[in-house]
Order: sequence, then C-alpha cells, then structure tokens
Amino acid sequence: MIDVKGVTKAYDQKIVVNNVCLQLPVGGVTSIIGPNGAGKSTLLSMISRLLPMDAGTVTVDGLDVTKTPSDVLARRLSILRQDNHLGSRLTVRDLVTFGRYPYSKGRPTAEDMEHVRKALDYLNLEDLADRFLDELSGGQRQRAFVAMVLCQDTDYVLLDEPLNNLDLKHAVAMMKLLRRTADQLGKTVVLVLHDINFASCYSDYIVAMKHGQVAYQGTPEEIMRPEIMRHLYEVDVTVQNVNGQHIALYYA
Amino acid sequence: MSLESLAITNRVPQKTLSLSRPAKITLLLSLFVALTIFAFMTVDVKGNWDFVIPFRGTKIAAMALVGYAIAVSTVLFQTITNNRILTPSVMGFDAMYVLIQTALVFLLGTQRMMALSPQLRFVIEVVLMVSFAALLYRWLFGGPRRSLHLLVLCGLIFGVLFRSLASFMQRIIDPNEFAVLQDMLFASFNSFDRDLLVVSVVLVFAASAVAWRIRHTFDVLTLGRETAISLGVDYRRVVSIILAVIAILVSVSTALVGPVTFFGLLVANMAYQLTDTYKHRWNLPCAAALSLLFLIGGQMVVERVFSFNTSLSIIVEFLGGLMFIILLVRGVASR
Ligand SMILES: Nc1ncnc2c1ncn2[C@@H]1O[C@H](COP(=O)(O)OP(=O)(O)O)[C@@H](O)[C@H]1O
Ligand SMILES: [Mg+2]
Repeated sequence: MIDVKGVTKAYDQKIVVNNVCLQLPVGGVTSIIGPNGAGKSTLLSMISRLLPMDAGTVTVDGLDVTKTPSDVLARRLSILRQDNHLGSRLTVRDLVTFGRYPYSKGRPTAEDMEHVRKALDYLNLEDLADRFLDELSGGQRQRAFVAMVLCQDTDYVLLDEPLNNLDLKHAVAMMKLLRRTADQLGKTVVLVLHDINFASCYSDYIVAMKHGQVAYQGTPEEIMRPEIMRHLYEVDVTVQNVNGQHIALYYA
Repeated sequence: MSLESLAITNRVPQKTLSLSRPAKITLLLSLFVALTIFAFMTVDVKGNWDFVIPFRGTKIAAMALVGYAIAVSTVLFQTITNNRILTPSVMGFDAMYVLIQTALVFLLGTQRMMALSPQLRFVIEVVLMVSFAALLYRWLFGGPRRSLHLLVLCGLIFGVLFRSLASFMQRIIDPNEFAVLQDMLFASFNSFDRDLLVVSVVLVFAASAVAWRIRHTFDVLTLGRETAISLGVDYRRVVSIILAVIAILVSVSTALVGPVTFFGLLVANMAYQLTDTYKHRWNLPCAAALSLLFLIGGQMVVERVFSFNTSLSIIVEFLGGLMFIILLVRGVASR
C-alpha cells in the first residue's frame, strides 16, 4: 500500500501540494486527474522520492521513501516522468535494458535480457529496438520509456501522463496493457491522465486534484459527475452512460 | 546456391571476428599512444642513454598522469552534470586549487610551509581541495537539475572569485614569500614539479580505485538525476564520491603543470564523437588515450619543431577553446 500522509511542497512560498493525505490500495489501476498545475506531477515525484518534500511522509509497503535505500525502492516502485529527455544517444534496447539496472547493476544476465525482450514485445517495439531514441517520433519514444519502466518489474508502477504523444490506437493499446498488468500480474498501477474518459473507462479508482489538494476521490461512477467535473475544470460537462461506461462530453 | 545465401555464409565468420566500433577505436588509439611514447623516448637521442631514458621517462610519466587526470575528470564531470560543455576547469575547480595553495602560504607563512616536505604539503592541499570541492559543488550538483546557463554563470563567478582572492593574497604577502609561492605556482608542461610525481601517481591510483568501485553507476547517471534515482542509484552519495575523485585528479594535474582550461573539453568530446556510445567503458579509455596522444605528441612537436619557442599549453588550449566555441554555438543553434 502507498500511504501519503500530510505531504506538502512549496516553491518560494507558493504551496503547490498542500497537506495531501491519500491511501492507494494494492492492486488495480488508480488514475489521478485534475487541471494543469494542480500538483499531480509534484505529488507523484514526491511519492517516488525524486523530489524532497517540505512536510509529511510517504510509505510504500511500510517503507519510508525518504529513508529507504534507493536500490531497495527501485525493486518495488518504478516511475515514468512527464518529460523525459536524454543527453546521450541510446537505442531503444539500451534504454529498456537500463530498466533492469536495479537487479543487474549494469551487467544484464540472460534472464534480464529475457525481461527486456518481453517488455519490447509488450509495447510492440521489436522493429524499433535498435533505432536511436532521437530518431523516433514522440509517441514511439514514449513507448520506449514505458517499456523501460515495465522492465523494472516492480509491484508499484507510477506513470505521469503515459498517453503523452500517443495516437488513438496506441493510447488504447497502452491503457489495455496497463489494465492487463494490473489484472494479470497483480501490479499496482497509478497514473496521471488528462483524458478523463480514459480514466473513467480503465481505472478502478480516481483521485481528482485541484490547487494542490485532493478534491475528490472515488470510483469512476462517483467521480464522473457533471458538478464535480465543472468544479474541477471550470467548463460545462455532461456525463452520459454509454454501454455501462460514464463518458464526459465537453466539446459543446 | 543463390547469391543471397552465399552472401550470408560469407558474412558469418567476419561477424564473429569483428570487434565493435568503440572497441576498434580504443585499440587503435592505444596503439597510437604506444607508438608516440616509443617515438618520444627514442627520437634524436644524442649521447648517454642512461641519462636520456630516466629524463624522458619522468617527463612522459608526468604527461601521462596529467593527460589521464584531465580526461577522466572531464568525462566524469560531464556525466554527473549531464552536459558536454562544462568541465571542472570551466566550473572553477583549478582556480580553487590555486586559491588553496595561496591561502596556505598566506595563512601559515612560507617558513612553516617550507618546513613540510613538498609531498606532505601537496597531500594537505589535496585533502583541503576534496573537502571544499565536495561541499561547494555538491550543493550545486547534488540536487534537482539546474539550468545550464545558471551553471556556466556560477562557474564563471567561482573562477573569477577564486582567482581574484588568490591574486589579492599574493599581492599583500611578503615579497620573499611571494617568490616561494610563485615558484610553486609556476608549473607548466616544460617545467613540471618533479618532486610531486610519485605522490601524484599514488593519488591518481587511489582516486581511480574509488571510481572503479562505482563504475556501474556511470552509465546510469547519463540518464539524468531523476531516472538514475528511480533506478536505484544513491544519487547524493555517488555524486559526492565522483566530485571527490574529480577534485583529486584536478589537484594532481594543476599541481604538476598548472591550470588547463579547455583541453579536457577537447578530448572528451572527440572521444564521444569517435565511440558514438554512452558507455563509459569505451568513453573513458578513449578520452584518456586521446589526451595522452595530444600531450606527448604535442610536447614532441613543441620540442623538435618549435624548439621550445611556443608552449604546449597554448596549443592544446587553443584547440580546446575552439571546441568550446563550436559546442556553444551548436548547442545554442539546436535549442
Ligand atoms: N521546479 C519548480 N519551481 C517552481 N514552481 C514549480 C516547479 N515545478 C512545478 N511548479 C509549479 O507547481 C505547480 C504544480 O505543478 P505540477 O505538479 O507539474 O502540476 P500538474 O502535473 O498537475 O500539471 C504549478 O503551478 C507549477 O508552476
Ligand atoms: Mg504534470
């Protein structure tokens, strides 16, 4: 279980994550939604110990993330960040192989390479495996980074906007893949999504953030309501039931 | 049999024999280094071999040590800062070392400094250098990534600050003491400090041993701070260790031949271009080999062609400075 207690972060007096308390249960897919600047990425970075917090604690299976050795956590929790840019020239396979670093410490075994092969296969990247990342499209690169994260094979998988740059086909494939990872491999998937309908259709639980706080949390059915959406995003939204899914319409 | 199957059977034995590109380059460069050393030792020997061999040998040892220290410190520095323009010298490392040398004379006086053996004095300076560099630069590089512009600016300010503090102290100390100090600071490729050679070898060896133990983190560090942490690197610790290693290497090269600003940039970036990989197992040896090649080959040219009328540091700094400008212009254009 990921247990977030009173976590706060401020940049120059401006509080961007304000005393957030949140418990994310083991298993399933949890989506974090909310307008730009709500503090979603900042919260995810603190949960994954990439950013120091000003107050509060985060524990993962009882391990305090700020005190547990980094390499112990790396075998339990992985994170995909919102923007990934690299200084050096890597192929897709090189990048995905880095996902095994917590286990291989730079010397991948045959078993590690089998994980790499599977991750490339999951994300349909075999054909691109030996291409350099800087020669790929944004969506292809995004999939390579997701493959690296999955290759880390951790119980908790945190992804900050994994659908960035993906076309419709790949976005659907990505959500199905994450759903399968949770259902079949028993992993806990936590992801930040911008498309509230993806969040509605694919998650077990939704956390909605606004102004650095958790404004709402609940099942898709509880969260996908016009008044909640209007409060979160400040636009008029109607929610319709389509084949048992709650779909928000906001183009009109 | 079709042509294609022929082609494939032809390719197989080649494939098993051929080395990867970076391996080939490294091998080739090592060969060049060996040839250059041989040439340096044997060219134009007049008179007594018993004199020439140790004389040229120590010269080569000093240059090899300096070349290795500059190359390795630059590559590692660029790895932890995630960029290919900054070097320890651009960030004011060697200015800091000069300041420490000056401050010691200033505070303790030459009398007490001269009572110590040069080797002991050097070790004290290195220890101070490691502590200060670890403190100051960990603050700069240990946390979340800062913008390159801010870093370049910081480096510039540090460099100027350290140099002005040093020259301020040099100005107000006793002229006699200044003469002693100047002698210490006046190291160059032509007149390196022979007293410090052995202790330098020991220090460089120790620094390399420390770096060797954490070598598996180097490649991961090129992915950036956040990714390295999420893959389980103990970032603050590793960066502190690498900064300490860099501080030792810079102290050695500055003590032996004086500050060299842009040369590391030249060899590191040439190595990246040649190997075309992020892997330190190739980049580090390649950069070191290039560095040795330039220094030893360059010294030979300076001695034989220019008959000591120009100094090696001017040549290597000119080439390195050119590289700095090219990288800056290219970096700006691609942004
Ligand atoms: N390094 C930073 N320095 C200053 N402000 C920041 C920094 N990172 C994020 N912020 C601010 O924190 C707020 C939350 O950002 P973020 O967590 O990225 O939002 P979200 O991911 O929900 O869009 C924003 O207002 C942003 O401007
Ligand atoms: Mg974000």
